[in-house]
Amino acid sequence: MRDVVIIGVGTTKFGELWESSLRDLAVEAALKAIDDAGCDRIDSLWVGCMSCGLFNGQEHLGALVADYLGRTPMPACRVESACASGGMALRAAWMEVACGQSDVVMALGVEKMTDVSGGKATYALAAASDREHEAFHGVTFPGLYALIAVDHMHRYGTTREQLADVSVKNHEHGSHNQYAQYPHKVTREQVMSSTMVADPLRVLDCSPISDGASAVIVAALDESRSLTKNALVKIAAIGAATDSLSLHQRKDLCEFAATIEAGERAFKTAKLSPSDIDVAEVHDCFTISEICVTEALGFFERGRGGPAASDGATRLGGKIPVNTSGGLKSKGHPVGATGIAQVYMLTKQLRGEAGPVQVKNARRALAQNMGGTGSSNVVTILESGS
Amino acid sequence: MSTANSWRQIPQRYRLEAGKCVKCGKLFYPPRLVCDACGGRAFEMAKLPNTGKVVTYTVIRVPPTEQADLAPYAVGLVELDNGVRLECQVVDCDFEQLEVGTPVKLEFRRIQEDTEAGMIHYGHKAVPV
Ligand SMILES: [Zn+2]
Repeated sequence: MRDVVIIGVGTTKFGELWESSLRDLAVEAALKAIDDAGCDRIDSLWVGCMSCGLFNGQEHLGALVADYLGRTPMPACRVESACASGGMALRAAWMEVACGQSDVVMALGVEKMTDVSGGKATYALAAASDREHEAFHGVTFPGLYALIAVDHMHRYGTTREQLADVSVKNHEHGSHNQYAQYPHKVTREQVMSSTMVADPLRVLDCSPISDGASAVIVAALDESRSLTKNALVKIAAIGAATDSLSLHQRKDLCEFAATIEAGERAFKTAKLSPSDIDVAEVHDCFTISEICVTEALGFFERGRGGPAASDGATRLGGKIPVNTSGGLKSKGHPVGATGIAQVYMLTKQLRGEAGPVQVKNARRALAQNMGGTGSSNVVTILESGS
Repeated sequence: MSTANSWRQIPQRYRLEAGKCVKCGKLFYPPRLVCDACGGRAFEMAKLPNTGKVVTYTVIRVPPTEQADLAPYAVGLVELDNGVRLECQVVDCDFEQLEVGTPVKLEFRRIQEDTEAGMIHYGHKAVPV
């Protein structure tokens, strides 16, 4: 297997972008990554997108983006793993370069969610849960994570304040992100008095409905010197794993077994442990998710994710800064783009280009991206180049 | 939901029929074609008990279109007396009454009306006992 490095990254703004279409967003992110790399060559394209079929009535996104990017007959294919589609697209690109099939490959993530009504968006997102045995009964996505939150609070004493502090911290980080959908700070009191969505989760515990796209160009290390002047960021490992689609098929709702498994696979390949990581982006689709996955990744002991959110351990300057981009909560969550947007941020961190949220001397970074209630997980470990 | 889809699910939805692995006895609801414990592919029908307890619960305040007229409504993850778990609505109770461990029984109820196929879909909801 060949070493693979990131040579270029690009992202659109995230938000309710009425003037940009699905294909506009994809092409804008791709062009920004090409410009960032300073390299015009792309051998192949993987597009992560959860549900352009239900959101836009458009499938067959690989060829569409290749065409509008002016790159046909380049091979291109869409990857779908719900909200982990972006991370899985990067995994496909990484494997393609590692095995020697291609030298320069783009992984792109995109979602255009605001062209449909709230009801239709809810229906599309529910496709990531078990349609026949969860959504059928009226269990929404916030509802599923609320079931997890109640269990976590009951078993570990996690508090409503601790949930709120995840949102406060991510909005604080996101207030520095020019691409964020909601780049403003919120207080604990604002979170705890915002509209109830599914008890105990309120609207400021939930990531928003967003439009956006992000792109990453990966290349074989041996070829990369001639392709870009950027500081190189190496993909040390990507681990992936699955769990049951429905919550009721699990014995332990707070475990996030596929996050644990994907993390362990990635740490093993990279020959690293959680304490080696300097900065992380994790999948905070809801505040409770960040608490559960920071435990599952081994940053904190089981049941300690709540206190960690409140004591500053995950804040910029803390033991392990989590979601310096603002996370899904503040930055926005165009579902297919999220896994790539995480890697965009971490690449900036490892290049020393993260501006006001720069983690000093960041050398190793971790991205955790998941679909559904953690049913699909992908953990990527990055290292700054030697 | 198409008529065929709805018809296909009648045994599990209306009659709570689970699959029991002939080889190792593990129960599956909904039924499956292969056992994840032993790899067995032969199953016999096993009817689920209709009593259990709430493992965790929430109140849906922002409902999907199909359940818009019901909101706010409670949903729970219920563990039946034989250990099988399922998700369903919890009805005929005050939300404040609900807690982890609340004993419930499953009752046959109307779940949603399908505007597309013009059908009414039935299934089970939990009622605290
Ligand atoms: Zn078996």
